[in-house]
Amino acid sequence: MVNPREAAASVVDPEIRVITIDELGILRAVEEDPASGRVTVTITPTYTGCPAMDVIRADIRRALAVAGHADAEVRTVFSPPWSTDWISDGGRAKLAAAGIAPPAPVPAAGVVSLTLAVRCPQCGSPETEQVSRFGSTACKALWRCRSCSEPFDHLKAL
Amino acid sequence: MNGPFDFTLGLGDDALIAAQRLAEWTTRAPEMEEDVALANIALDQLGAARLLLSYAGELESAGRDEDALAYLRDDREFRNALLVELPNGDFAVTMAKLFFLAAYQLPLYTALAGCADERLAAIGAKARKESAYHLDHGALWVKRLGDGTEESHRRMQAAVDQVWPYTHELFAADPAAPVDPATLRPAFDETVGAVLAEATLTLPGSGWAPAGGRTGVHTEHLAYLLAEMQVLHRAHPGAQW
Repeated sequence: MVNPREAAASVVDPEIRVITIDELGILRAVEEDPASGRVTVTITPTYTGCPAMDVIRADIRRALAVAGHADAEVRTVFSPPWSTDWISDGGRAKLAAAGIAPPAPVPAAGVVSLTLAVRCPQCGSPETEQVSRFGSTACKALWRCRSCSEPFDHLKAL
Repeated sequence: MNGPFDFTLGLGDDALIAAQRLAEWTTRAPEMEEDVALANIALDQLGAARLLLSYAGELESAGRDEDALAYLRDDREFRNALLVELPNGDFAVTMAKLFFLAAYQLPLYTALAGCADERLAAIGAKARKESAYHLDHGALWVKRLGDGTEESHRRMQAAVDQVWPYTHELFAADPAAPVDPATLRPAFDETVGAVLAEATLTLPGSGWAPAGGRTGVHTEHLAYLLAEMQVLHRAHPGAQW
């Protein structure tokens, strides 16, 4: 049997398929009851309305079942709220490699600043501009590089 | 005056009805990026609505879940402020509604994050981050249109004049509520004053202040909105994707 933590951590985000839910920082806890063997997984959504949550829950249960943990429960918590600061360094590198500019650190006091320069994940140029602060998923904004003209997604700081 | 159930239901209904109205723009927005933006904001509102209505159902302890509250109540049982049920109008009216709503929800959710009720505090802490983006988006358009062409200025000012009277209801005093809405007014006024000034727009004088949403007395527009929003669930109870 695979360790339940490893099994849950291997689940890939259904909307950004280059990064696992562990790297994204939404996997909060994996606990196994030593007596019953029942596994309890705790996750938190990126955005309150994230439509991927049902799929993520199903994927976690499937991964655990394959790993030999059929008796599993997935709980959702909202506090503390998810922050892009929880995305791991490895996760940030994978996002960049997939053409998604990773988020800058969240400014203190919870004030969301939108004026930070975002580097183009294709050519590395800082000469970029925001096309729309809302993108193909709730957590992304649409940007464009003025150097190489490529449009790209940017995971916005939250 | 209102217990935690009525308070939570009111906020949940605000978010739900705002989500439904914003979603009406999907495939109809003036440009592709705006279509995506309004759908995203609608999704955030829907997410907050689901959390708030689920919790309201638990507070009520009458066996009603989020779906029962969203789909099986009639207009007189809804507790949203009138502001969110008003028709979208032109794009300027939609932006005036979005801007005023976000300027109210951001300090509201921020205050909720520090309130004594743990569940409401968690919802507030989560939703305020999203509200900051909504406020930024609404303010950007109010400024762009207000300080734009003669025609965009005229229409943005008309939209502000039309929607403004409906903002007063949001701040009706309720000292017993987890967060007294009256305490949110200074932050709202400060935000609105600064943005309208930059947009070269004039704040209408205070006068007519329509209200009634929090007690279930709505405009005629809500029943039409509900008829469309609820028809599938009522025609096929318990239907699932």
